[in-house]
Amino acid sequence: MEDKQPIISIRNVSKRFGQVAAVDNVSLNIMPGEFFVLLGPSGCGKTTLLRMIAGFEIPTEGQILIDGQDMAKVPPNKRPVNMVFQSYAVFPHMSVADNVGYGLKIAGVGKAERESRVAEALELVKLDGFGTRKPNQLSGGQRQRVALARSLVMRPKVLLLDEPLSALDAKLRAQMQFELADLQDHVGITFITVTHDQDEALSMAGRIAVMNKGDIAQLATPSDLYEFPANRFVADFVGSVNLFEGRLTLDEPDRAAVDCPGLGKVYLNHGVTGPHGADVWVAIRPEKIYLHVPGAGKAIRGAAEDAPEGHNFARGQIKGMSYLGDITLYDIRLESGAMLRVSRPNLSRRDQEDFTWDDRVSMHWRADSAVVLLN
Amino acid sequence: MIGLGKRTPIAPLEYTRRLWMRAWVGLVLFFLYAPLITLVAFSFNDSRRNIVWRGFTFKYYEKALNNDSLMEALVNSITIAALATAVSVVLGALAAVMLWRFRFPMKAAAEGAMALPIVVPEICMGVAMLVFFAKIGFPTDLPWPFNLGAITIAHITFCFPFVTMVVRSRLASFNREEEEAAKDLGANEWQAFRDVLLPHMKPGLVAGALLAFTLSLDDFVITFFTSGPNTVTFPVKVYSMVRFSVTPEVNAASAMVIALTVILTTITLKMQSRMGTIAQGH
Amino acid sequence: MESWKNHKALFAAVATAPLTWLILFFLLPLGIVWLYSFGTNQGLTQIDISGTFANYARALEPLYLGILWKSVLVAGATTIICLVVGFPVALAIVFASDKWKPWLLLGIMLPFWTNLLIRTYALMAVLRTEGYANQTIGWLHDKFGGLMTLGGLPPPGAYEPMHLLYNNFAVIFGLVYVHLPFMVLPLYAALDKLDKSLIEASLDLGAGHLRTLLMIVAPLAAPGIISGIIITFVPALGAYLTPDLLGGPDSQMIANVIERQFKRANDWPFGAALSFILMYATFIAIAFQAMKARQAEARQ
Repeated sequence: MEDKQPIISIRNVSKRFGQVAAVDNVSLNIMPGEFFVLLGPSGCGKTTLLRMIAGFEIPTEGQILIDGQDMAKVPPNKRPVNMVFQSYAVFPHMSVADNVGYGLKIAGVGKAERESRVAEALELVKLDGFGTRKPNQLSGGQRQRVALARSLVMRPKVLLLDEPLSALDAKLRAQMQFELADLQDHVGITFITVTHDQDEALSMAGRIAVMNKGDIAQLATPSDLYEFPANRFVADFVGSVNLFEGRLTLDEPDRAAVDCPGLGKVYLNHGVTGPHGADVWVAIRPEKIYLHVPGAGKAIRGAAEDAPEGHNFARGQIKGMSYLGDITLYDIRLESGAMLRVSRPNLSRRDQEDFTWDDRVSMHWRADSAVVLLN
Repeated sequence: MIGLGKRTPIAPLEYTRRLWMRAWVGLVLFFLYAPLITLVAFSFNDSRRNIVWRGFTFKYYEKALNNDSLMEALVNSITIAALATAVSVVLGALAAVMLWRFRFPMKAAAEGAMALPIVVPEICMGVAMLVFFAKIGFPTDLPWPFNLGAITIAHITFCFPFVTMVVRSRLASFNREEEEAAKDLGANEWQAFRDVLLPHMKPGLVAGALLAFTLSLDDFVITFFTSGPNTVTFPVKVYSMVRFSVTPEVNAASAMVIALTVILTTITLKMQSRMGTIAQGH
Repeated sequence: MESWKNHKALFAAVATAPLTWLILFFLLPLGIVWLYSFGTNQGLTQIDISGTFANYARALEPLYLGILWKSVLVAGATTIICLVVGFPVALAIVFASDKWKPWLLLGIMLPFWTNLLIRTYALMAVLRTEGYANQTIGWLHDKFGGLMTLGGLPPPGAYEPMHLLYNNFAVIFGLVYVHLPFMVLPLYAALDKLDKSLIEASLDLGAGHLRTLLMIVAPLAAPGIISGIIITFVPALGAYLTPDLLGGPDSQMIANVIERQFKRANDWPFGAALSFILMYATFIAIAFQAMKARQAEARQ
């Protein structure tokens, strides 16, 4: 891959409101053509960061460069980015065509060119023929497309989207996730999206920056974020996870072992990255744990042969079950008293009958399943 | 309690369906409207003393319309109302934007001061205006329409806070993201105001204008105090007619004023309901 | 909302005109009146601001104090009557079906939009000795008089028209007539915001309707009730036209006295002092309302 210049470069940017730092010394580079997502709980600073890129907030400290140019004195109406607002902000007193053509009109584009570009944009978002309608005649999803078309017709270098899917119902949301990713692929420009929904982020993004209290907790691809979380916050925020405190007993470059009072002895077939201390956390995802069906023997689900005796193995009692159709979630009270959540796919149609409340079960996991976290 | 008609039994909270409630409201409405309706009815009465109904006639309307001083007074009042409305709408809109958009030192004091003209008893305001114009020596012998200047200034002063109130409540429903979207698409401050904020404000401006017009036309006390000897306004003229007696001519003049009020109010309410539907389109 | 410093030019553009107007044509005139209230008349046109409290002292003389007090009583009576009459009306509108609600509201508010002078004049036509009220009552009197002879009782004498006009009764009647819509609207607004399930809960727990009204509805709608009281009491206190047209020689209210000082007696300092006493009363009432409103907010 050739060495491209970042299209957006955020350097040590902070934004303070009074004493509170909404964004705290954030630096990151976004590459051209990326579908980049800012993910985090409400109040983490992601929207503030987005608005700083758009120019609606001024950073208290730091620099924002768009395509190499410092945006310090540049007002929002002069930046080469466009934004799709959370409320869509479609102008209610103008028709769809006038809405989409507004930016072009301000820029002084001639009527003929404007009309053809507007038609092109409407076709892009699958609203051809809607030009004469008024916004109050449109559904929420349609208004969002108008907002999209209105921004895309300006041919910005970067498109910013503020919680684009939060106002849509579940089915529409799933559909729009595909459409947005498709659109971005088609148009080829950089998309930066802000969301609190991790499903959305995981499915659409090329890279995700998880934010927490104004800081970036981790910047990675979706799979790296999920399988290699850098800290407890990310492990817990993205997907569900079982977390146990423990003491590092083995610390080699290619393997490690942790002694957890709650979970038992955990063996990992990789080294622990980062500074080494004795007190660590072990994170293991629910779907990585194999529940042994009583009487079926370890052979049914594969054995934990890749771990030494007594490691990666636990016993407990089923205290809760949630049948979700495709999987069943089990809440298990381990011998230590700690709770463990296990997710089991229902591979055959009667799998959910294998276990019931108060069953005593044993389980194991592979040596590459757990992750050690230092904070 | 069983309802009047044997449709469905009255639920505990359906107070309005109860007989005594309906009777009470009916009585109150009768109390409020009967005098006005009889006034209008008797304006058509063919009788000078206007006690007993003698016959239907339009002649008192003719008389009222031919009463030169009355008509001159009416023209004066309408002129004042029109001028006062025009200026009030501008001032009121500016004040509304100022209060809605900006934080500034002593804002609470400014808001209080804006609310004062609404709250202060009319007579205090009338007195203040009288005293002020006397003190600064406002000339009292200017040609028309400048002789209406003092009254107009007084009207503007008490009308524009009402406009501010109406426009401000309309601004409260404005989605700031629309303004940001306009800027994001390249509009500067003025363009964003013209293309996005102003259209949103429009129903509020119209409602405010109608309110100002009605208030100005309706006012007696302040006009009474700021009228000079040679500026006759409609309320003052009607007042002098009314003090003397109850005549069908006054009834006719009053009925015309009522009609004007009803028309203006209907238009205002139509505008208000349109404001409501446009807001839903957001 | 943003700070004015972010857009100084824009702020100046919007703020200058209204604030200047307000200061020049409202606060300044009021200020002059306030100063005059501490002044004395010097000759026909001069007023010397001598810092004297004599005008205020004069306002507290028995004659004027009596009028002040009477104004308070009249305004108070008006307010109470409006409250008693208006509360069921507001209640009726709140619980009316959605079809009728806007019409009822319109019906109550429309007279409010009619010119005050006209409305007061209409009452004159109703209340005078040859007016419609007396006509109706006289007609009823004669009819029932006829009925009474049937029952063997002596017939009543000729109908003596009641003196309904040019007295305190007429003034209060007129003030109620004019201010009733003022009372209904805030009552309606407050009652409308009330959570209906609270009433249902009270009924479910065994309270009757009247007790529910007094113990649940009234306290919760209190801010609205106080609003309604204030915007009825304050204008009624400062009423000019109604006592002037409908009142008799002893029905003078404070506004009439003020008018006399400026238009006939030419005692502007005294008139100014009286005006300001009225203003102070207004401010006290509003401060009271603001305090109550803040208490209600704190409770929530």
